Parts: sequence; C-alpha cells; structure tokens
Amino acid sequence: MSRSVQLDRVGMTFGTTRAVSDVTFTVEDGEFFSILGPSGCGKTTLLRIVAGFLRPTEGTVLIGGRDMAGLAPNRRPTAMIFQSLALFPLMSVRENIAFGLEARGVGKAERSRKADELLDVVALGGFGDRKPGELSGGQRQRVAIARALAVEPDVLLLDEPLSALDLKLRQHMRAELRALQKRTGVTFIYITHDQGEALAMSDRVAVMSAGVVEQIGAPQDLYANPQTPFVAGFVGETNRIAGRVAALAGGIATVDTGLGPMRGRAGPGLAEGQAVKLYVRPEALTPGTGGENSLAARVERVDFEGAFALAHGRLADGEEMIASIPATRLADAPGIGTEAAFHFDTDHAVVLADA
Amino acid sequence: MRDLVQRFGGSLTTVFVALVLLWMVGMVLAPNLLMIDYALRPNLPPAQIGGPNDHYSLANFTYLAGEATHRAIFFKTIWASAIVTFVTLVVCYPLAFWLAQRATPAQAGLAILGLVIPFWINEVLRTLAWYILLAFRGPLNAVLLALGLISEPVRWAGDGGVLAAMTYAYILFMLFPIYNSMESLEAAQIEAARDLGAKSWRIHWRVVIPHAKAGIATGCVFTFMLAAGSYIAPSLLGSPGSRWFTEIIYNWFFEGGDWNRGAAYALVLLVLCLAVVLATLKLARVNLADVTK
Amino acid sequence: MSAGRLSRVVFGVYLTLFFVYLFAPLLVMSAATFNTSRFPTVIPWQGFTLSWFVELWRDGAMWRSVRVSIVVAFFVVLVAVPVGTAAALVLTSVHERARGVLYGFMVSPLLTPGVVVGIATLILWRQVGVGGGIFLIILAQSSFIACYVMLMVAARLQRFDRTQEEAALGLGASKFMVFRRVLLPFLRPALIAAAFLAVLQSFENYNTTLFVRGLDTPLTIFIASKVRTGLTPAVNALALAMIALTVLGALAYEIFRHRQKARATAG
Repeated sequence: MSRSVQLDRVGMTFGTTRAVSDVTFTVEDGEFFSILGPSGCGKTTLLRIVAGFLRPTEGTVLIGGRDMAGLAPNRRPTAMIFQSLALFPLMSVRENIAFGLEARGVGKAERSRKADELLDVVALGGFGDRKPGELSGGQRQRVAIARALAVEPDVLLLDEPLSALDLKLRQHMRAELRALQKRTGVTFIYITHDQGEALAMSDRVAVMSAGVVEQIGAPQDLYANPQTPFVAGFVGETNRIAGRVAALAGGIATVDTGLGPMRGRAGPGLAEGQAVKLYVRPEALTPGTGGENSLAARVERVDFEGAFALAHGRLADGEEMIASIPATRLADAPGIGTEAAFHFDTDHAVVLADA
Repeated sequence: MRDLVQRFGGSLTTVFVALVLLWMVGMVLAPNLLMIDYALRPNLPPAQIGGPNDHYSLANFTYLAGEATHRAIFFKTIWASAIVTFVTLVVCYPLAFWLAQRATPAQAGLAILGLVIPFWINEVLRTLAWYILLAFRGPLNAVLLALGLISEPVRWAGDGGVLAAMTYAYILFMLFPIYNSMESLEAAQIEAARDLGAKSWRIHWRVVIPHAKAGIATGCVFTFMLAAGSYIAPSLLGSPGSRWFTEIIYNWFFEGGDWNRGAAYALVLLVLCLAVVLATLKLARVNLADVTK
Repeated sequence: MSAGRLSRVVFGVYLTLFFVYLFAPLLVMSAATFNTSRFPTVIPWQGFTLSWFVELWRDGAMWRSVRVSIVVAFFVVLVAVPVGTAAALVLTSVHERARGVLYGFMVSPLLTPGVVVGIATLILWRQVGVGGGIFLIILAQSSFIACYVMLMVAARLQRFDRTQEEAALGLGASKFMVFRRVLLPFLRPALIAAAFLAVLQSFENYNTTLFVRGLDTPLTIFIASKVRTGLTPAVNALALAMIALTVLGALAYEIFRHRQKARATAG
C-alpha cells in the first residue's frame, strides 16, 4: 500500500476540451507501470495530474493511500523526469542532483555526499563538476534520473524521457531503467507513445486513446488478448478481416467474411449478426494450406528485415495483408506476384466488435 | 493574477505586483494625470487655489493657439523634426542596405563597431562636439576658408547647425531598425528582380522598401519623437530664430513661472508625439511589439 | 561595367563622408583638449598642453556634479532593475489577452518625450511639497529606464524553459526557492546588462533631468551649463575622460555579452 498510486474516476476538462475522462486504476507498490497511447491521448495530462501540476476537474488521486487533493507538486512523494529533462543548465551536475535535498534543508556536506553516491549509481562518477551542457544525451538522461532519485520518491513519474535519444542508446537505456527500477523498488509510472518501449520494460501497461483507458494488462496479455479494436491496432502490427458473427460457442466466434467463414477467440460483448473484425498478427499467418483457417492473397512484395521477412499481399476483398516469415523459414516464402495460401490457428485470432 | 500566484506563490507575487503598481501608477499614470489636471487649470496665486477662479478650462490651450510666436514655433518644431527625420532616413538608407545585403561579415562588423562607438557617448557631448566644430571661429569655417570655398566665416548656429547635430544624434535610431528589417530580405529576391530586368531604383521601390517597411517606420517614429522632444541641440546650436517648442515649455516652468501653461504645452507635445507614433504605425501596419524590439 | 564602377565610386564617397561625419566632431573635440587656446578649437593650433586636464582636476563644481551623477545612477539601478524585472515577470506570466494592453502601458514611457516625463514628475511631487532635486531625478529617470530593463529581461525570459520550474517544484522546492535558484540565475546576464545600460542611460540623460534637477547639477547639466558660462578646453578634457570611460565600459559590456553568448551556445 505504501507506494501505490490509485486513480479513482479522474477526469480533466480544459475549457471545452475533454482531455481525460473517468480514469480508474491502481498502480501497485514497486510496479513498473506504463501508460501507452498516441500523442494527444491525454497520457501526459494524466501524469501531470499525478505529479500535482494539474488539478483534476473530477476524481481523486491517492498515493500510498493518502488523498493528494490540494497538495502542491513540491509536497507530494513523487518526482518527475521530463521529456526535455529540464536539467538546470547553470548548476553543476552535482548541484542538479542535490537540488531536491537542498529544498529539504539537507546540509551542504551531506548533500554532495549523497549526490556523489547517486552519480555512482548511474555510472557517472567523476562527472559531478561538469555542467549539463557538457554531457552527452545519455549522460544527461542519467543525471535527470539521479536527480529524481535523490529525493527518494515513492513514485517516479517519467514523461517520455527517452524520446530524444537515438535508437541504440534508447534500447540501452530501457534495460538500464528497468534494472534501476528493480534495484530501487520505486514505483515507476512511465509515459510513452512507443509500444516497443512499453512492452519491453513494463510490468503492466495501460493503453489510452482519446482520454480514455482502453485496456490495462501485462504486455503479453495486451498483445495476445486485445479487448478493443484500438488496442489491437495500436499494440503491434495486425491484419483485419471484416465480417459478421455467424455463431458463438465456447468462447470461439465463427465469422462470415468476404473470404469465407473464419474462426477466432471471441472478444467481450459479442452477439450473433454483429459487425466485427477478426484480428490476426502477421506472425500468426503461416504460408501454405492446412490448419483451421485459410485464406489466399496475391503477394505484392516481400521485405527482408533480418530476423524475419514481411510478405505484403492483397486479399480477395481488396484489403492489405501482412505475414511475417522467420528468417529460418525463408524457403517457404511465396514468390512475388503469385497467388499464395496462408493459414492461422483459431487460438491466434481475436474477434472484436466494431467500435 | 491567478497565473502569477500559481507561478510565484503569494509573497513573491505581492512583491512583483507592488513594484509594478508603484511604477505604473506612481511613476507613470499619476504624474501624467496630474499634468493633465494642471494643464486644464489657470495659474493662480496660492491663496486663490481651490477658490471660485480655480475651475477647469481650455484657456491654456487657446492661449497657445492665439499666441502667434508660440504657434509658429510649435509648427516649426513639427516641420523641422520632419525634415530631420527625412534627412536621417536619406543618410541612413544606403548604409543600412549595404550593411544588410552587400557587406561581407567582416566589413559589416567593422562598420557597426564604428557606428556604435560614437553612440555610446552621450548626447550632450555629441552636441558639444558640434558646437565646437561649428563655432564662428571654429575648425569648419577655418577649413572652408583655407580651401577658398567661402570668403568669410559662416554663422552655422541656427537651423543648419540644429539639423546637422540632430541628424547626427539620431542616426542609430534610424539605422538599426532599417538594417534589422533588411537583413531578413533574401538576396535571391533582389537577384530575381534584377533578372527580370528591374532597374536599381525599381528594385528598391518594389522589393526592398516594402520588405523593410516596419524597420523604416520604426526608425522614423523614433527619430521624429526624439527630434520633437529634443532640448540640448536647439539650446546649444540654435539661434534666436530657431527656437524649439521644448524651449518654450522650459521657459514657462523656470522663467515665466506659469506651470499650468507649461503643462498644457507639454501635453500638446505629448499628444503630438503619440499621434505621430500611432498614425505612422497604423499607416505602415506595424504593431507596438515590433517597434520596441 | 562602367555604370557599376561609377555607382561603386559614388557609394565609396558616400561611405567615406558618412564616417567623416560620424567621427570628425568627436576627433575635433578630443584634439582641442590639447590646444593651449582658451576657446576649444584645433585651428589655429597654439601649442600642445595638458594643462586643461589639470584645470579640470581642480574644478570643484565638476567633482560635485560627478558625485551627483553617481548617486543618481546608483539609485536608478536600485529602482529600475527590480521594477523592470518585476514588470517583465508579470508581463510574461499573465494571460495572453491581458498581455497586449499591459505591454502598451509598460512601454508608454519610451514613447513619451523626455521633457514630458520630467515635467509630469515635477508636477506630481509639487503637490506633496517635494521640489526638484536628486530624489526627483532618480524617480523620473527610473520611470523610463525601467522600460529598457523590462524589455531586456522579457527578451531573456522568452528563452526560458518553464519545465525547469516544474522540475524544481517536483523536486520539492518552494516557489521562492524556484525563483531564487532557477529563474534568477537564468536572468542574471540580462540583469547585469540591464543594470549597466541603466547606469549609462542615467549618466547621459539630459532632457528629463533638466526639469526635475532643482538645484542639483548632474554631469550632463554641468557640461551644458559650461557652454553658456564660459567654455574652455577643460570641458573637452572632461568629454575626453567620459569618452574614454564609456568606450572602455562599452567594450567591457560587449566582451561580457560575447562571453555570455559563447557560454550559451556551448551549453
């Protein structure tokens, strides 16, 4: 309970714009929790509400069971890492890290001792006297983390902190952040629009769209069992096949599609005759006939990506289709321009009602 | 106000707002309002203040309208300030264009340094320099006599001297706004115009001047305002025939002893300057924020 | 080709005349300091002397006016810098709609002729029985010098990343600490530059000071009055000293700004 974050029916309206509505979830003590969504979905607003920079128009925020209403950011047990990092350019790295302790009236000697300790934690020992401007992007990143950790927050709020880094560094920092979180046990709430980031690091992910939380779950769960069309489309690549529910039995829906009847696991709230789409991941599509569901596509191009190849095809109903073929099975890849057969298991497809 | 408290907290906001009020109300608004009040009242001996004769009237303004000499000096000040503005513009325009479009960075840097140094020196000293240069038995006359260009010394004091010194004093106020606005003109536009067969004057008239309009307007506004409100140049370099309106105002305060009339005259000067500023900005479609950059 | 060469010659002549116009008066004034002639001039040259500096040095009235100017400038900085800074902070923090009107008010003293600023101040304070003097000079000068400070500080504020304030708050800093440790250090270069400009503006002001000076005589007033009461090259010596000081000051200022810029780009 001590470092949990509870949001209860939180809503935020700016003028006439509804930025966040009716958000309820609990982040457990010591959890790495991500909020994933496209830009403008309200995730940053939500984070700023938790930090105390914004006062929600509805609902309550509890941290460690304590109501945060009316509590200014400087009185909350949170620390935030900003997208721009917002390091203080005129202070040395050490002063930056010690700033929060200075604010708490910690003596100078104690402050710099603690700052140097944290510099070691983020592998920046000896950089204390530099100015942030003299560091590389990744080093600045680590200073920002150390600065936030210095105040020993219960909850660390991270607003897309890796977005300014290049790909390689970003991947490295992911692992580092994850390790740091495990080591410190601090609760992380991490905002990102990069699904790869969210899936790789998080214990759980909340997917947001248009101010609403669409689904919350562990990364594998979100990927395998999207509950809404938005989640199915936003988290990972997917193929969509439109149709109507012909039969529902034992959690399996049979869908009449333009390509014939197909079966998949039924999503929530389905009824016979309903307009639905069947969602199939590219890697669930296997070349060749057989299996429970099969379909044919004209292959337009095959892009080799290294570990796998992506076959882009067009289905009989005119929709696009993508199948991922592992590099080890490249011999099975259909030729460009041919009419090729693909099949998938019922277990690997999800049927969701159209929004 | 809410934004302020949210950003700085209650006590700092109080300090900031108090400082701003002290300035805006105590040092700007109140003095000007009281000046208007003064301008609208007659000049009375202390005993009569608050008495039956102490009422609002436009007498101080009608006095200016009826006094032939003062009226003439007023219009002459406007006219002469306009000439100063025009001459300054003509003197500065080619240099601004050269600096912005033709000079190499090194040339421009050197020229700007050369321009800035004299202008770090204050206006009184600059005017004094002209006073010495233009003195009847001064160096300019001596040089011209020696060259045989004149046969006897010229009295430069008067309109000519005032014009020379004022133009000199306000060069930078004209040059820099124009230079800044010309700097953003793409050289390619001028080349395109030339490529299309336009003559130099047409390029300036159709391409450069419209682009630099805001800068030109700003420069003219400042020069005119400074010239019309100038005191030191006419008082050092002027002759009895070239009196400036500010000198009349000064006399009301410190020689005529009629502050009310002086306030009225000052108000007329203020309104004139504001009117010229606002009208010019409106004509050139420039807003205040661009002018004060 | 000959038309191009002609225009180049014409422009060369113009440029030469322009800079002669710019520097001749100052050179003549400076040179006249070293001429023995009682009236400051360079022609006829009556012999080199440094005696005018000695005479200037012994001029008690001059030193008194220097003292007045220094006192005035000191207090003008003390008033105008905080006021102008507060104005810039208020201006950049208030709501967009209020900003335009407030801005108009705040720059209005710059669009007011200097004599009018002096007159209005003089009239206001007569109401409460305070006459012209150092006190009014300080107030009148500050009322428009604060505008320059406001503009300089506001320009720097525009480059301030406000998430730094949020970051500091988020780390537990009080609003006062955010101001003192984050915003104020950021504004420091602008504040120093503004203070410098304020001193310069105060020292060289004539129009406003003329009306509110009462019986006090700052340096510019002293110089101007010398022209009437008997101009000798001692005034040139003073001018030369002031030129030397301002050029040195200007150089220091430019170097300071250059360094700041270099540091800003490095950071």
